[in-house]
Amino acid sequence: MNSAAPIVEARGLAVDIDAHPVLWDINFSIAPGTFLGIIGPNGAGKTTLLRVLLGLIAPSRGTVSVLGRSPSQLGRGAHQIGYVPQRLDFDPRFPVSVQDVVMMGRACCLGLFRFPQRDDWRKVQDSIRQVGLAGYESRRIGDLSGGEQQRVFLARALCSQTRLLLLDEATTGLDLPAQHELYALLQRLRREMDLTVIAVSHDLLELGAHADELICINGTTHIHGNPRTVLDSHQLREAYRCEFDFLSDEARESAAQRP
Amino acid sequence: MIELLGYGFMQRALIAGILVGLLCGVLGFFVVLKRLSFIGVGISHSAFGGIAIGVICGVEPLLAAAVFSTLVAWTIGWLSKKGRLHEDTAIGILFSSAMALGVALISLSSTYQVDLFGYLFGNILAVSAGDLWLLGGIAAVVLGAVGLLFKELLFLAFDEEVARANGLPVTPLYFVLLSCLALAVVAAIRVVGIVLVEALLVIPAAAGYQLARGYRSMLCLSVATAVLSTIIGLFVSYFLNIAAGATIVLVLALLFVVALALGRARRTAIVRPVVVHERARAVP
Repeated sequence: MNSAAPIVEARGLAVDIDAHPVLWDINFSIAPGTFLGIIGPNGAGKTTLLRVLLGLIAPSRGTVSVLGRSPSQLGRGAHQIGYVPQRLDFDPRFPVSVQDVVMMGRACCLGLFRFPQRDDWRKVQDSIRQVGLAGYESRRIGDLSGGEQQRVFLARALCSQTRLLLLDEATTGLDLPAQHELYALLQRLRREMDLTVIAVSHDLLELGAHADELICINGTTHIHGNPRTVLDSHQLREAYRCEFDFLSDEARESAAQRP
Repeated sequence: MIELLGYGFMQRALIAGILVGLLCGVLGFFVVLKRLSFIGVGISHSAFGGIAIGVICGVEPLLAAAVFSTLVAWTIGWLSKKGRLHEDTAIGILFSSAMALGVALISLSSTYQVDLFGYLFGNILAVSAGDLWLLGGIAAVVLGAVGLLFKELLFLAFDEEVARANGLPVTPLYFVLLSCLALAVVAAIRVVGIVLVEALLVIPAAAGYQLARGYRSMLCLSVATAVLSTIIGLFVSYFLNIAAGATIVLVLALLFVVALALGRARRTAIVRPVVVHERARAVP
């Protein structure tokens, strides 16, 4: 575990939506450079937690700190947080190219009333190359496969001096090879860019195989620890309210091989 | 045809048509991409309430309509953003209420001598020098705002949630867009009227959407279609002696059909070689 100050920290976090408690007593912190996987059953509040970290929802109680500040006070510092949402239900004929979409990620860095300069286009090119899409710059986003589109959204999330990357079920709808490629890409980018990654997913095995830590929530924190501990825990089964026969020895081994 | 341009009313009509085409072509780009066309209908119909208030209070009706429509647009945005009502419900309530207010106020006024038909269906040939100044002012403000905020508005149209997560002031941007839309609608009322203004907002951008592969070309095609249709419609209406607003809309519809056909033909041409290629590979 890194001894540096936590990059994300939640203490006694609670969120009520329309007077209905969605999250309560959420406690965790992660060190810079960590890959944290957030798991939990449907309706557990995983996306709500991510939206709190993004500053899109204000906590009802408790405190959250992201990059040392409250998410709502990040202001233009928000560009240091990259966000890849669930696969977008966007219009495939929306007339934007790959580089247009990635340039959107520079909008907050640039500020209002300013136009992209040569340096911004260079950063866009760098991000596109980093996600392995060099040569795709002028392709229309709707003409790409699901896996390629997710890489474009990843490039958009990375092109603004990003330190923290949040992914919300980014692999949903992708076939297994595309999922595996995306996780492998995340691992490489994480090393190269010194990123902290927080990913929400329903795929316990794949996430367990790639994350440094898993946190299982179902309204509240059930367990937070290394993937092997979490996947083996009775708290995981309590959170999902079922047994997991599919958590095979092979999957546990894969999780155990993580440093 | 050239001698027609010697008439002052025709010169003013032409300038008004070009300005409104430019405005609606640019705003229509966001209306189509952000799927705001029903808001356009709501704002244009609510402008009737503003015109009636202007008539009753002795204020320039288009100026009153600009203020009133902007307020209605903000109210629609506020109600839908606060989650109190679905956007289409808010529009349905506000535009019918504003229209009813307009009818009630006009019927209360015993002395009105306003060309209501002109406001409802447009009268581009009656554009005055004062109207042109108002149009020019609106065009400068709206095009300036859209030009300066273009990258943010494009992001908003493509992916509102990520734009918000990235720290963009999404709600103020949305209200700026609604305000620009309200002003563009009011500017277009003189040309095509309240009832037909939606056509100038939606059809040019929809035609550009059929043909363009990038947003820059869609924007150019949208503006070109809007400006061209107002110019063609103006001259056709003059020579055939039919209502200018309706003629402009009919020209727009024709251009849209052409764009639709060209777009389909191009997509077929792109897809066919791929299909043939796949079949050739399938044959052992």
